[in-house]
Amino acid sequence: MRSFAAAFALGCFVALPASAQQLVKERLPTCLACHGENGQSQLEGVPSLGAQQAFYVTVQLLMFREKMRVADPMNDMAKDLTDTDLQGFAEIISQLPAPKPAAGPVDDARMARAQVLVQQNRCNFCHLPNFAGQQNVPRIGAQREDYLVKALRGYKDNSRHGYDASMADVIAPITDEQILDLAYYIARVK
Amino acid sequence: MTRRVPRGTLLAATLALLATTALAQQQQEAPAQAPAPAATPAPAPAPAPAAAALPPGSPLIGRPDNNPAAAKLAPVPAPPLATAENKLPLDKLKAPKGFNIEVYASGMPNARSMALDEKGTVFVGSRLQDKVYAITNKDGKRQVHVLVSGLYRPNGVAYKNGTLYIAELSQISKIDNVEDQIDKSPKPVVIYKDLPKDEAHGWKFLAIGPDNKLYFEVGQPGNNVLHDDNHGQMRRMNLDGTGAEKIAFGIRNTVGFDWNPKTHELYFTDNGRDWLSEDLPNDELNRITKLGQDFGEPYCHQGNIPDIEFGWGHDCKDYVPPIALMGPHAAALGMRFYTGSMFPSEYRDQIFVARHGSWNKSKKFGGDIALVKLNKDGSVKSVEPFITGFLQPDNNYVGRPVDVMNMPDGSMLISDDWNGAIWRLTYGPNKKVAGR
Repeated sequence: MRSFAAAFALGCFVALPASAQQLVKERLPTCLACHGENGQSQLEGVPSLGAQQAFYVTVQLLMFREKMRVADPMNDMAKDLTDTDLQGFAEIISQLPAPKPAAGPVDDARMARAQVLVQQNRCNFCHLPNFAGQQNVPRIGAQREDYLVKALRGYKDNSRHGYDASMADVIAPITDEQILDLAYYIARVK
Repeated sequence: MTRRVPRGTLLAATLALLATTALAQQQQEAPAQAPAPAATPAPAPAPAPAAAALPPGSPLIGRPDNNPAAAKLAPVPAPPLATAENKLPLDKLKAPKGFNIEVYASGMPNARSMALDEKGTVFVGSRLQDKVYAITNKDGKRQVHVLVSGLYRPNGVAYKNGTLYIAELSQISKIDNVEDQIDKSPKPVVIYKDLPKDEAHGWKFLAIGPDNKLYFEVGQPGNNVLHDDNHGQMRRMNLDGTGAEKIAFGIRNTVGFDWNPKTHELYFTDNGRDWLSEDLPNDELNRITKLGQDFGEPYCHQGNIPDIEFGWGHDCKDYVPPIALMGPHAAALGMRFYTGSMFPSEYRDQIFVARHGSWNKSKKFGGDIALVKLNKDGSVKSVEPFITGFLQPDNNYVGRPVDVMNMPDGSMLISDDWNGAIWRLTYGPNKKVAGR
């Protein structure tokens, strides 16, 4: 059953040629099967996509298509997409509802510790104070904690290349222990 | 290092390097003393310090906290997809009277530096994509090919005697007999790997000098940082990758250089640091007159501004000043002396500079091709905008020039990484006239 949100997003989705719209309509359920209905992923290691920045999604899909970012099964999923298809998926994904912060008890001390790290590393300069991101800078607020850890570790050991050098620049002095705290915080902060 | 540089210069350079190295070591030790995550649980969310120290080398050093104007500034992201040919902003570009602009080729996302072979094939590197493109030109029909994929930030390309040289982030490679392999996905052969892997300013411009050597830079590994003696410099080496030597120092990040056709001196652009102020420092145009010269970064900017952090104990007089200032945060990138004969004679042997345009400035600057006119002695007479319109009056880019290149017919190509296109500049009657 397709969620209301996805149906709503499809309804808003008019700027593309009919062929691209058709493809996106057909494939979107496959995307959401892993990435989650309502923009919220329930699968370990799979990011939530809700309200993700369309520019960022376009760049990531392009990188998957061109194998500049390697991650199964995304390279396969993206390999036949045209530029217009990339934009189509990006647009519709950006209209899914934003994910909700991780539920459950919160370790206040750890949150405070991480908040200092966020300030110190100026994460909010590019990702914005509410972590919604902008253009090529992704929304990270309420992202899955395990995915945040994976992404940050990937930037840190250079196994994940950014489209530009921004994350490689800022991640260099951040330790693995700090990565864990940052991910804990960003997944939960309201 | 085979070639000796003049002793005095070498000594000065060595001292500067020793100082740099010592400071860099101090800097490297610093993180060990940096505050570790609190070992004991904090009782409540403490108010985060507004001015917590940024880690050394952070791209955000110098950015004022709590300043709404500064908070709006960030590198302007280029569209990841090439602009469709019929949507290219040809009518927005403005050229002086008598000059015409047309589209030479399109559909090459993030098209950056250019090189040319004898058959008129244009090779185009990219920084954010993984490709080097080849634009063939057969009987007036141009076609874009992906020459190589899977490269890492292949910004630099150079060509000589059948071989294409490609500079990636941390290695330089070559493709022999490239003209015969344009649709055969040739595998570049690595000829030089003794390079740092830093992302910041790690992409390279590559050119072959009149001495038949490959020239490239190793940028400063951050916005404004003290670094070791393997960064912030220009190097050259033989075409087979041997004999590498460091030939100039104190360079923050040059993404364009060329040799004066008369004096054979090497001229290069250098990009100034971010976050010093809205209007300072200017980017530089420099000239190497002696091997081993030091152009001052990160201690001294634009020849006369000691860095507010690293300038202490240094004197701008000890460094080679730029021969021209190219504008605040202008991102002066590719530059070539015009050696053709299509343009009027006043342009011959003058410099055209692609100014990619600023991001670290509220009212943006650049986004044009600048014309640098020279005096007979090779010093600079004037710098003025020549092709404009990439930056629109509404403060938005519709294109961003990266490199310029002479073509055998005297026209000039301009690469544009915003649109993934190459423009062609001609002089004389032409049916496709740019807007005025």
